[in-house]
Amino acid sequence: MKIVVPVKRVIDANVKVRLKSDGSAVDSDNVKMSMNPFDEIAVEEAIRLKEAGVAGEIVAVSIGSDACQDVLRSALAMGADRALLIRTEAVLEPLAVAKLLREVVAREQPQLVICGKQSTDGDANQAGQMLAGLLGWPQATFASKLDIGADGATVTREIDGGLEIIAVTLPAVVTTDLRLNSPRYTTLPNIMKAKKKPLDVIALDEFGVDTRPRLTTLGLAEPAARSAGVRVADVAELLAKLKNEAKVI
Amino acid sequence: MTYQAPLKDIRFALNELAELPAVCSLPGYEDASVELVDAILDEGARFAEEVLAPINKQGDKGARLDGETVTAAPGFKNAWQQYVDAGWVGLRAPYEFGGQGLPALVAIAAEEMWCSANLAFSLAPLLTLGAIEALNHHASDELKALYLPKMASGEWTGTMNLTEPQAGSDLAQVRTRAVPQDDGSYRISGQKIFITWGEHDLAENIVHLVLARLPDAPAGVKGISLFVVPKFLPGADGTPGARNDLRCVSLEHKLGIHGSPTCVMSFGDQGGAAGYLVGEANKGLGYMFTMMNHARLGVGVEGMAVSERAYQQAVAYARERVQSRAVGSPDAAGVAIIKHPDVRRMLMTMKAQIEAQRALAFVAAAALDRAARHPHPQEKARNQALVNFLIPIVKGWNTEQANEITSLALQVHGGMGYIEETGVAQYYRDARITAIYEGTTGIQALDLIGRKTAAEEGATARALLAEVQATADKLATAGFASLSANLKSAAADAERCVAFILESFAAAPQRAAAGSVPFLKLMGILLGGWQLGRAALIARERMGEEDADVDFLHAKQVTARFFGEHLLPQVSGLAAAILHGADSVLELDDGQF
Repeated sequence: MKIVVPVKRVIDANVKVRLKSDGSAVDSDNVKMSMNPFDEIAVEEAIRLKEAGVAGEIVAVSIGSDACQDVLRSALAMGADRALLIRTEAVLEPLAVAKLLREVVAREQPQLVICGKQSTDGDANQAGQMLAGLLGWPQATFASKLDIGADGATVTREIDGGLEIIAVTLPAVVTTDLRLNSPRYTTLPNIMKAKKKPLDVIALDEFGVDTRPRLTTLGLAEPAARSAGVRVADVAELLAKLKNEAKVI
Repeated sequence: MTYQAPLKDIRFALNELAELPAVCSLPGYEDASVELVDAILDEGARFAEEVLAPINKQGDKGARLDGETVTAAPGFKNAWQQYVDAGWVGLRAPYEFGGQGLPALVAIAAEEMWCSANLAFSLAPLLTLGAIEALNHHASDELKALYLPKMASGEWTGTMNLTEPQAGSDLAQVRTRAVPQDDGSYRISGQKIFITWGEHDLAENIVHLVLARLPDAPAGVKGISLFVVPKFLPGADGTPGARNDLRCVSLEHKLGIHGSPTCVMSFGDQGGAAGYLVGEANKGLGYMFTMMNHARLGVGVEGMAVSERAYQQAVAYARERVQSRAVGSPDAAGVAIIKHPDVRRMLMTMKAQIEAQRALAFVAAAALDRAARHPHPQEKARNQALVNFLIPIVKGWNTEQANEITSLALQVHGGMGYIEETGVAQYYRDARITAIYEGTTGIQALDLIGRKTAAEEGATARALLAEVQATADKLATAGFASLSANLKSAAADAERCVAFILESFAAAPQRAAAGSVPFLKLMGILLGGWQLGRAALIARERMGEEDADVDFLHAKQVTARFFGEHLLPQVSGLAAAILHGADSVLELDDGQF
């Protein structure tokens, strides 16, 4: 079984995100970039399936500038077999990403696509679902457990207020939630090996996909700074304020 | 997060100042590249931050000795297993025994992160690597085949058993005995002290390298041999077998690095521990010297690394702690103490020295790689001389200043810094040993004025001073007037001191020695300033590039200026003490102290 894992290069989770001085976009110049944490979980899950003898080949895919090669190398160092970069300088919306991934699926013919449920930059939570829709495949989102059987996959999903267990036929799109697994530390020998694994680069234009933006950004703003707290004299005053001012009780 | 690897500055020092791309093109290092090193540093940083740093504080509670068994501090065994699984021990271990054989420059950058994250832990792999290096250079093929693969993987750890109660800095006093046996092995008996990670539960076997004397050995340094003495005697297939006749009899109660068990080791209480001669008899001390450059460079990095950790904590506290109105402000509201000029001065003093030390240590590591691998004999020799000269400076200056820098970090915290729970006191205590072990600062300074300066008639010292001058000239043209002037004046002082040492070393060695530590510090400050001068020139050039990291490059230039204005002026005071202060050091009778 072949697995395709899309990975996105995002601002590292430990970096405090700021806007550019003109407010036009998030400032990603010279800040630490990493693989989207949910995608890391997706790569880890694919490797575990390979180690369990379920999967044969793992292909990591990223869409973006040449800089994205570093997250693909990370995926290769974790254990992916080969990598594909669809090169573009444009910032793509989830629909464009899903359309491109549909083309990748057409070329690679995987039985499973494991995506992060969302990227920590855009937080859109759409690409995986759109990809399944475009392919006409079943989708199992927010997976916290994934079992591959003879007839398909059994997926435990994290939903509001509990867990839902569903069965899907393959091929399918699975998106990962935080508790699916804990990604491993990459080993030094595997980092060394990763640079010898194949990494193909294809220009976005070669796919002939309409990736024009459908959305218009009206404005961006940093979260409002927290205002100073108020000291209350006693519990009675606290309760009064919660009731009358904050109106939370 | 309690530690964040300073990857930007590490990469700047590696790529721009220590010229990593050139090191990667040396024969035998073709597998290395800037991209590969980037990936290694990213993953190493993650390991240091997420696995090693969080257990540093619990390591401070120390290892435990029950009977002959030492249990490492909580979390250490698990961290070691993860470290081994990730293959980090092999970073600079030889390729033919399962390591990656990467350049010393790359290893040093990774080691900085291990040491910052957890100095006590980092000593286990560092000692193991030292033992690997010694065996790889000098042991027979049989010994190498038996021990090195297990050590390069980290399944077994290594130790250095040099010191005895009467033999500290002076190893000529070593008394441990080695008696030859019919089967070609030796029976080792004696007591060794200060054995770092001498006994522990991290690994299935511990390989002790032990200095001892054969029965017919000549007295003094020419009668010391080196032996492999494993805790468990390995069978031919490498499986640990019978327990050898050696044990840990006590753990030292130290000032710091409590997570690293410092053992008193007793060999041969039941008739003699089985040991195997490394290389030739009576050459043990010489063998120790072959790995000393890397070991001393490593300790210099330890000092800088602990300073970095303490600095990070001081910055975080200074940003958070609100206290007093801003000096001269009519607004009575308190401000974060990072706004107060003297707190800024302390933070800059730490930052400037750490960045200078990192640069100098990495430049020395690159010279170590060039000395080992450069195809042209002349370049090889030039770099070897450079390494030899820089090592005592990096070791001595970085670690002496680590005491000052960690003390400043504590000072930034005010009274809270003196409270152990705050955590910064641990760095202050941990740093203290670095100026002592692997040769005290005094030993480094004697090495610097003797073998490294006088013996070669100041050739390397003066070559470096010429480079400092050249950088100072460029700085003047580039608009760094004050830094340039400060560098030039410091270089002129240094030249006077070199001349004094050359002149006095033969005629009045006591007078040269009296100023040796000030000379070491002077060279540290001068060469550190030189590196920051180089950095400032590069930073100014890069500022104009597209996608330039303007913030970082601007800070680099200001940091260099600060170093020029606050640290380089110390050179003239040190020079005065070196040139004119020897007599008052020597004059009193011993009884007058």
